[in-house]
Amino acid sequence: MNGIREEVLHVSQSNPDNGSRTFWIMESFFSRYKNALVLIAILLAQTIWLATQINRAADPSQPDGPKVRLLRLWAVALISPFERLSSSTGRGIRTTWTNYIDLRHVRQQNLDLQKQVDALRLQRAELAQDALEGQRLRTLLDFRHNYVAATVAAQIIGSSGSDQSRLLTLDKGARDGLKPDMAVITPNGIVGKLRDVFPNTSQLLLINDSTAGAGVILGSTRIHAILRGSPQGRIQINNLTPDSRIKAGETVLTSGGDGVFPRGLPVGTIESIVLDPAHQPYTLITLHSAVDLNQLDEVLVVTGTAAADALAQAQELQDLAADPTTHAADVSAERLPSLHDDKAPATPGDGTDPAPPPPDNSTQLVPKPKPVLHPDRYSPGEAPAAADLKPGAPKQ
Amino acid sequence: MAIRSYTSRSEFEQYRFNPFVTLLVPFVLILIQAYLPVIFPRLLILDLPLIAVIFFAVARRNPIMGALTGASIGLCQDMLTGQPIGINGIAKTAIGYAASSIGLQVDVENITTRILMNFGFSVLQSGLLFLIHRDMLGDPAKMLWLHELYRAIFNTLIAIPIFLLLDRTKRRE
Repeated sequence: MNGIREEVLHVSQSNPDNGSRTFWIMESFFSRYKNALVLIAILLAQTIWLATQINRAADPSQPDGPKVRLLRLWAVALISPFERLSSSTGRGIRTTWTNYIDLRHVRQQNLDLQKQVDALRLQRAELAQDALEGQRLRTLLDFRHNYVAATVAAQIIGSSGSDQSRLLTLDKGARDGLKPDMAVITPNGIVGKLRDVFPNTSQLLLINDSTAGAGVILGSTRIHAILRGSPQGRIQINNLTPDSRIKAGETVLTSGGDGVFPRGLPVGTIESIVLDPAHQPYTLITLHSAVDLNQLDEVLVVTGTAAADALAQAQELQDLAADPTTHAADVSAERLPSLHDDKAPATPGDGTDPAPPPPDNSTQLVPKPKPVLHPDRYSPGEAPAAADLKPGAPKQ
Repeated sequence: MAIRSYTSRSEFEQYRFNPFVTLLVPFVLILIQAYLPVIFPRLLILDLPLIAVIFFAVARRNPIMGALTGASIGLCQDMLTGQPIGINGIAKTAIGYAASSIGLQVDVENITTRILMNFGFSVLQSGLLFLIHRDMLGDPAKMLWLHELYRAIFNTLIAIPIFLLLDRTKRRE
């Protein structure tokens, strides 16, 4: 700045023309600080753009605006063909190599496997019995779960390339029936959910990403919790207070409460439980994932769940919501003793014809005594009518 | 009296690149960066686009071009992540500018300079990304200094052979 000031002084002494002098000063300023000004402009533009995206990301169902989504679509569309090619080539090389390795010692492996098959046959017979028993018990208990009914297998063809964003690219997209927020699993457990779905590819947000989460339930204690990814790529639960029942090694399952993952899928096991130093008195429970999230090759996208029971439950809830008093009365009538026979058709117009009430002068209204077990002379009907009696007649 | 300088001739030379190379090299490095962790997950620690930014910025020795190169590569990298676009863009803009400015001052052909430069810029980028996450995104993440140190060392080890390879694409102005 001192240099400019000296130049300004020099110009003001030598050149009295104010307009050209100001222009010269500005030109001098911009030429001298051109680099810094351009840097500031680029940084400012990016900062403003970043701020608008963060402001828009308040809606979790739509993390990106349409323009940003379009940019991501272009980037993925540009890079995914090469990723597909690299993936298929790499897989081919690995398969060829693995096949070669597999062929070695194949005879010994065959013998070992035959022994295993024999042992497994015995186990299968036992398990079949257990399965039958399990099915019977499940029916008895009216076991209601959302089972995975339809899945689409997809292969991992790429990643975000950054350990701050645990995102993988799948080779299936909207044309294969995929939609955002669909659960992604493997036979071992949950993997994550779909974030962005493009026509031919989709982006899988891993469960250990810092923006991911899921509703879970602890296997033995049945405590509900919320699972979150950490910036270090771990899976953690941080919304539970210390509880002596929660032990390391306990299995954690999905609760189904998040509306993404079907209920009962394995998430992992508890690895460590420590007090959360940042959020006292909550604990920081770290899980060991049931799936090796670093070695994924193929995953299953859950495109449908067997929701028949869920629909039935929803229908019941809907009925309750529509007419709560009637159902409350019904429930009360079932549980409490009542003067009225609820099972008797009492209300007209319900499909049955109740007997009409007798007229007011009917003899049916006169109460009749019950028949006696041991009749004597005092019993009703045993005494002769008054008209048949004669005065002075002896007693019978 | 004549002034002696330790500056080598190459310090004053600016290089330019074939436009095809300018586009292809960052694209290939971003592609490798996206694909390699699928096979080797531990390679997520690598940042090949950063190496491209440093190389092109240093070779051109033009701070504006360095900043623009950093911004372009960083924004492309952001588009493949689930993060808001601009995080890597901002960090790599600053790195590109700084690398170009340093390229004007020191001999960047020297292997020792290259090692120090790559290590320093990798640590600087980690710091910038941490500040962006903490102050602009409100992310309460902690800085894992040891992890970032490993990242810087690993990036430097990878950068040196890549620099030697990319030196072949340089053309003197």
